Amino acid sequence: MAMTDIAQAGHGHHGKPQGLARWLFATNHKDIGSLYLWFSFCMFLSGGVLALCIRAELFRPGLQFFQPELFNQFTTLHGLIMVFGAIMPAFTGMANWMLPLMIGAPDMAFARMNNWSFWLLPPAAALLMLSFIVPGGAAAAGWTLYAPLSTQMGMGMDMTIFAIHIMGLSSIMGSINIIVTILNLRAPGMSLMKMPMFAWASLITAFLIIAVMPVLAGVVTMVLTDRHFGTHFFNAAGGGDPILYQHIFWFFGHPEVYIMALPAFGIVSQVIPAFARKPLFGYASMVYATSSIGVLSFMVWAHHMFVTGMPAAAQLFFMYATMLIAVPTGVKVFNWIATMWEGSMSFETPMLFAVGFILLFTIGGLSGVTLSVAAVDVQLHGSYYVVAHFHYVLVAGALFSLFAAIYYWFPKMTGRLYSERLGKLHFWWSLLWFNVTFFPMHFLGLAGMPRRIPDYALQFTEFNQIASVGAFMFGLGQLIFLFNMLRSLRHGAPAPQLPWDGANTLEWRIPTPAPYHSFVEAPQLEVKENGVVVRLSGGRHEE
Amino acid sequence: MTVMSRSQTHYFVPDPSRWPVVGAVALFCLGLGAAFAVNGMPAGRWGLLAGALILLYMLLGWFGDVIRESLRGNYQGKEDLSFRWGMGWFIFSEVMFFAAFFGALFWVRVVSLPTLGSADYKLLYPDFDAAWPLATGPGITDVYSAMEALGLPAINTLVLLTSGATVTLAHWGMLSGDRFQLKWGLLATVCLGVLFLTLQVHEYRHAISELNLTLASGAYGMTFYLLTGFHGLHVLLGTIILAVVWLRVMRGHFDERHHFAFEAASWYWHFVDVVWLLLFVFVYWL
Ligand SMILES: [Cu+2]
Repeated sequence: MAMTDIAQAGHGHHGKPQGLARWLFATNHKDIGSLYLWFSFCMFLSGGVLALCIRAELFRPGLQFFQPELFNQFTTLHGLIMVFGAIMPAFTGMANWMLPLMIGAPDMAFARMNNWSFWLLPPAAALLMLSFIVPGGAAAAGWTLYAPLSTQMGMGMDMTIFAIHIMGLSSIMGSINIIVTILNLRAPGMSLMKMPMFAWASLITAFLIIAVMPVLAGVVTMVLTDRHFGTHFFNAAGGGDPILYQHIFWFFGHPEVYIMALPAFGIVSQVIPAFARKPLFGYASMVYATSSIGVLSFMVWAHHMFVTGMPAAAQLFFMYATMLIAVPTGVKVFNWIATMWEGSMSFETPMLFAVGFILLFTIGGLSGVTLSVAAVDVQLHGSYYVVAHFHYVLVAGALFSLFAAIYYWFPKMTGRLYSERLGKLHFWWSLLWFNVTFFPMHFLGLAGMPRRIPDYALQFTEFNQIASVGAFMFGLGQLIFLFNMLRSLRHGAPAPQLPWDGANTLEWRIPTPAPYHSFVEAPQLEVKENGVVVRLSGGRHEE
Repeated sequence: MTVMSRSQTHYFVPDPSRWPVVGAVALFCLGLGAAFAVNGMPAGRWGLLAGALILLYMLLGWFGDVIRESLRGNYQGKEDLSFRWGMGWFIFSEVMFFAAFFGALFWVRVVSLPTLGSADYKLLYPDFDAAWPLATGPGITDVYSAMEALGLPAINTLVLLTSGATVTLAHWGMLSGDRFQLKWGLLATVCLGVLFLTLQVHEYRHAISELNLTLASGAYGMTFYLLTGFHGLHVLLGTIILAVVWLRVMRGHFDERHHFAFEAASWYWHFVDVVWLLLFVFVYWL
């Protein structure tokens, strides 16, 4: 009943709650952000273990360790856990931690709901994990859960469906929070067309999530009723259509790609100017590019379905619409390069990850453009080329940007410095082994190796062995990161108020580490583009 | 209100709260229970029951806290604006949820049925007749008939439209400080919501027992039940929200300027209303 006491004490001044209650009952955006980040790192490790199981099995042709059924469960759960458990929560966690500091808000707009958004994730993850031990095992239809595969499997599929419902609820509430915080809680002077790109990216990402997660919830609900209540949504015997599943799923699925990419763009747009010591080039065009990517992402979904079959006119439309997305994306890449141009650059770990991001994400973007050509896609669809493509976008894109963000804001979050030497080792190690793992997959796909198989023809052996070695080394390298974080949390040197001399957004103008309650009173700001603070007055903090 | 929110420099951040974790436990029980229940395992029912009870406990506690904070005056212009934005985006997410099911309906009627009935498929389904409501198909074993648009559904349309008017009357009462109009307008809306639900139960009974229309009645049955069913659940939720707001009005809560809960309920009600109009046109009529 400690809660009642706190409630009666009123809300005037509250210190830092202690013990387990601090995390279970949290309403502080920093605590909830930390919960998100730790949770997503655990999920990253779990999904990573599944990936290593996959690579172990594929080290040699023939069946080594796992039966095909179990292998399919691994590929499915690897995808679901990484997308919904690791990357999306990690970005939400970053937004939770940093948005209020960057725009001068007291906290997230709905602090209690914020906590619910987080605490829904562990139950959903538990449902996914537990599905491995129920009769029939986990879902094995691929992360896309295509009907009619998904309308046939055991109760692991039902658990997956309910896990998706819960994760959907979580991310919708998290997104409402982000949108309302940005629209309503910016400090005076922090206008929309001046606020940091990370805020813009989070805003548009949140909009995409609210628009498409309910659609995913709807389509898996149809799978559920097809499985248990006799409907025929995806069964032609009753007038339904399995292709309908693909259309609804990819109406969600393609914006989902940008849900995992736009926040990365936002992070890189903060890190690059800080280490190039130059303002972000073409801020307004960055905003418009991000917005137009958001709009276009709703009009391209059927490029995942060129092989499924559709009228030629539709193929052409989706092909050209997809290519069109390369334009705003290209604008961003050019702007980042122009920001670095003639800057006085230094290459600390965040900058290394940001530059690595630009390089490798561009490779992933370009392989995406080749896949958008319908005639080429007919050859490459469902091959390892696709696997290579989206891992360049999601690992070297989303994940690298997250590492950049963690290293960049680590001093602000913890008040300590991480080990620069270990950070650099982590970067170069990841960069090397990432490419060793995923670059050969392009060749495998071009040579015709299909994805989602536990066995393959002999001629694919060498490239698979290279990829497997790379994957294990890449996985090992992430332990450097974990070690660096854990050690620096306790023993890192105290961080100065401004660890990066080129960082000039609002979060760097408050004490380090950030006070537990920052901006209890809103500050008065004068801001330049990308959230660069010119003048700051007021803005009370409390510990 | 906007003037207030512009000059307001402090924002209410609630104290630590146990309700979110309670809600997470509830949804875990519901998710696991449902997975067991749909697979015919008896433990599932207990999971669902426990989950529902915990969720109810959480909702009562959480909204209780919110109402107490509201009465204490914690919510000023800026908090109020946050709630408005939040409710708006929540309704948008609901719109997208229904869009998925309307999308399925349109796809079935415009693409999959004509395709299955076309000459290409004659070899596969020689007797397939691509009529709507779909009566033939290897998966449709029982003969059924479609729901008539001009019976109960037409009455329900009138009921819901009237309720939209009464809730607006109540809103005018709220704005002008006319508590009498507010109370009775709101009460009428709640009653019309209950009437709608009663008629829908009646309609479903008629559909199952006399028309032999079930979820398994092919493309017609599935879209009919899922669209009207999810809509019905939203009417139920909207009615409960309006009833809670009515109870609060009876206890003297809200004034001319401070009544977000009422407005949120009425927005939700209008949303449910609009969805029904689309349902009436595309599910019952066309
Ligand atoms: Cu796509």
